[in-house]
Formats: sequence, C-alpha cells, structure tokens
Amino acid sequence: MKKLLNDPANLVAESLRGVERAHPELRIDHENRILYRADAPVSGKVGILSGGGSGHEPAHAGFIGPGMLDAVCAGEVFTSPVPDQMAEATKKIDGGAGVLHLVWNYTGDVMNFDMAAELAAAETDTQVEAVVMNDDVAVEDSLFTAGRRGTGAAIAVEKIVGAAAEQGRSLSELADLARRVNDSSRSMGMALTSCTVPAKGSPTFDLPDDEIEIGIGIHGEPGRRRVPLASAHDIAGMLVDPILADRDFTGGEGVLVFVNGMGATPQLELYLMYNEIAALLDKAGIVPVRTLVGPYVTSLDMAGCLVSITRFDDDMLRLWDAPVATSALRWGM
Amino acid sequence: MADVDLDTLQRWLRTFAASVAEQKDALTSLDAAIGDADHGANMHRGMSAVVEGLSTPPADPATLFKQAGMTLVKSVGGASGPLYGTFFLRMAPATGGAAALDPETFAKALRAGLEGVVARGKAELGDKTMVDALTPALDALDAALSSGESLASALRAASAAADEGRDATTPMVARKGRASYLGERSAGHQDPGATSTALLVAAAATAVAEQGDG
Repeated sequence: MKKLLNDPANLVAESLRGVERAHPELRIDHENRILYRADAPVSGKVGILSGGGSGHEPAHAGFIGPGMLDAVCAGEVFTSPVPDQMAEATKKIDGGAGVLHLVWNYTGDVMNFDMAAELAAAETDTQVEAVVMNDDVAVEDSLFTAGRRGTGAAIAVEKIVGAAAEQGRSLSELADLARRVNDSSRSMGMALTSCTVPAKGSPTFDLPDDEIEIGIGIHGEPGRRRVPLASAHDIAGMLVDPILADRDFTGGEGVLVFVNGMGATPQLELYLMYNEIAALLDKAGIVPVRTLVGPYVTSLDMAGCLVSITRFDDDMLRLWDAPVATSALRWGM
Repeated sequence: MADVDLDTLQRWLRTFAASVAEQKDALTSLDAAIGDADHGANMHRGMSAVVEGLSTPPADPATLFKQAGMTLVKSVGGASGPLYGTFFLRMAPATGGAAALDPETFAKALRAGLEGVVARGKAELGDKTMVDALTPALDALDAALSSGESLASALRAASAAADEGRDATTPMVARKGRASYLGERSAGHQDPGATSTALLVAAAATAVAEQGDG
C-alpha cells in the first residue's frame, strides 16, 4: 500500500483537522465528528443532515453550506457514523423547524439513523423525519437484498432539498420532495480496479487487468457480475441500458446526467464517457438539460465511474439551479 | 450450579474482546470477500472500548450489559454497532436487576438479546447473518438446560451449535447487509457476522467454565 498517511488509525481524525484549516466557513466538532455550517442553526429553516462513512470525499462534507446540507456526520472509512453523533448533529442544526435526515440506503446507515431518531425523540422535542435514498439499479431483487443502494442520486436529492429548505419550505414538504427526487433518479456503476482500505492495506478484491466489475456500490464491494474489459462505448451501454429499462426518463423538463468518478479515474476519461452516454440518451429521446461530471461520490482510490440520471420537473429544475455555496458545488452566489 | 456472577460476565466480555483482537484480521478478510473489509477492525475498536469501560466496575449485570451495549452502539458504527449494541441493551432488562444470574435467567437474557437483533436487523434464519449462529446456539442452550445439564455443559453445546451455524453460512446466498448485493456470488464465503457471533458464544462457554461447574 502506498498512500499519504501517518497512521491509518488516525486517517479520518487528521483529515478532519485539514478540512477545518482549509474551510473556515465550516465548524467541526472533532469529538463527535460532526461538520456543520458556521451559521447553524439557521432560525426558522429546516436543518438538513446527512453523512456516512468516510472514503467518499468530497461526499459528504463537501456538500455542507448555504443551499445544501447543514451538517454531516463522518464515520470511519466505509463505516456508518453512530446514533450519538447523529443525535448531537440534529441538535446543532435545529432552527426550530425540524430536521430532515437524508440517509443513504446501506444496512448500517439505516440502522444507526433509526436509533438516532429514537434518541432525538427521547431527549428533545425536535421534529425529525428521515428519507432513505436508494437509486442503484444494479440491485435487481430488492426483496432478497438489503434493497437498492444509495449512490449518485443523493447529490441531486441533497442539492434540490437543500435549496428548498433555504426557501423556507416545511419539514414534511421537504421530505416529500426528497422522496420525489429519489424516485425520479436511477444509477449504475462500474469498477476498473478495486480500492484499498488503509486499515486493511491491500485491495478489497482482486480484479485482473482484463476484467471489470459491473454494478458496484461505493464501498469497494464487488459488483453484481464480472465481465471482460470492453470499450468505453460498450461500457456506457452496460450502465445506461439498465437505467433506462428501469424508468421512463423522457418528457418532463429533461434530465440531469451525473457522471461520477470513483476516485482514481481522470476527468479526461469521464468526459469521454459522457460523450458516449449523451449519444445513447439522444437515441432514446432523453434530453440532458444539466450535467455534473467529476468525482463527487468516490470509493477511495477505485477507478471506474457511476452514471446517475434524474428526471426533472419544473420545481426540481429551478431548485437545482438555485444558488449553492459548498466546497464541492458552488454556483449562483 | 452456581449462578453466573458479575465477575464471570465481565470475564465473558474480556474473553470475547481477546478473541476478537486475535481474530481481527481473519474477520476483516472474511468481510473483504463479501462486504467492505472492516468487520475485524470495527469489532476490535468496539470491544476494546467495552473492556476499557470495565475499569469502573458496574454495579450489577443489567448495568454491565447496558454499558457494553451503549459503548458498542457509540463506538462501532456500521451494521455491527447497532446489532451487537442492541443485543446487550436488550439483555439488560431481562436480568430483572439480579446480582447474579441463574442459568434460566442468563438463557432468557440471551434470548432477549437475539430478539433485539432480529427486530433491529430484520434478518431471518438462512439470510447469512449473525442470526444463523446465534439462533442454533440459543436453541441448543435451552435444550441442554431443560434436560438438566449444567450451564457450563449447556454453553459448550451452544458454542458447538454456533460453530456449526457459522459453518453453515458458507454455502448460503446473503439476503441481508452488504453481502446481499453480490447475489449468488456471496455463496461460498463464510459470513463474518456469524463468525464473530460464534466467538461471542465460545467466550461465554469459556468464562462460565472458568467459574467452575459448581
């Protein structure tokens, strides 16, 4: 393993120190590993909380700021944060209008957020609602699995709901909106290489030079199937076809196409992929009106990409375009 | 048979922590095959914190279990934190506040822990999870106790059943947790959660055997 490290055991703690120095607009509670807006709680605004394991940077802390999240809880690498953190973060961002938990659908995250909501209900009178985000079409049979994973759609949900919270919408309106964006989104990912969890020190799975994994999640877990390495043109089909087979993306106000890098894939290749994806969408009569191309939800040093498509209605499109000021997404202000 | 005293219960947790420390890399390797390569590290972090907490001795078994459960929930994260945490948190009230636990109460408390795990994780037998080791273990424990065996001997039977249950997870297709995303490809790998649970049951057998068969 060759990484920029002092001691793998201190990776998350030391990285958070760096985030603090680099981003004076954030506040960090190092003991509880909570990152939050310096102006939290914003009075009268619903607080938006997310979070999850570390190793997905810039998710999740890169999306804290006006127009998006109020706080995130950081877990160990690929490990959900714990209920005490979430309950404490909920208190920090409660401006009197309640707090919305945006939960990525992974067994650990869901259980810990459940326990956090129980804690918050027992200890405070903060109103909490939770919406679970699950957009990954690689998980075909939700009845016999932990359900579809939360992947790329979370960025659309967090951005759109964050903007709506800024406008003063109520907790229940925001929860409905979050569900609507999630329901309008589908994703599919692939890996060219595994990733190396620093505490383990070697790649999570072996992937020969001439093979790829289709249908991966964001934690270096192997995918649904392994196929021979193919051209970008063919890989684009393997990702886009199952997405389009799962939902109708025509009509509405067009779509957001998000081509996410898994951590070790250059932007040059991601734009090449976007070219292939856009051609497929064009053929299917689907109109991309907004794009996001880059590494936003990574899996440490995995190479590969994940495609996420969200169908906009006019409300969602307006909210996507609304001002946002976070370290990873910034426009309009 | 003497009741299980507070010393023995603390020894159970220390023994489990020591097994987890020893098997840390093996647990993580199992998790790398079908999960995300952190089960050993997470359980080690959690059980080390539990053992640290024992430096202030708890007043009674209920307090011990509550403290262990809360520590695990707080320090482990992932799915194992809520599941192992809930197991101990649910054991606490089932002790009825007793200073030492007679075999039936101990078995009842373990059963309450299992029910908590099932309620939290919604896993059923055969889903390739810790439930596949814990359920046969507690069934064997109850059967041995009702046929008049000592607790030490019943826990040995429970530990053997947990090991069998753990081994039986290998051919299973996972239906819960991160391994479920692999579908058929999860078959052929032993479940890491069932493996750490077998260590938990084995630790109980060791700790009670050391107290003596009374």
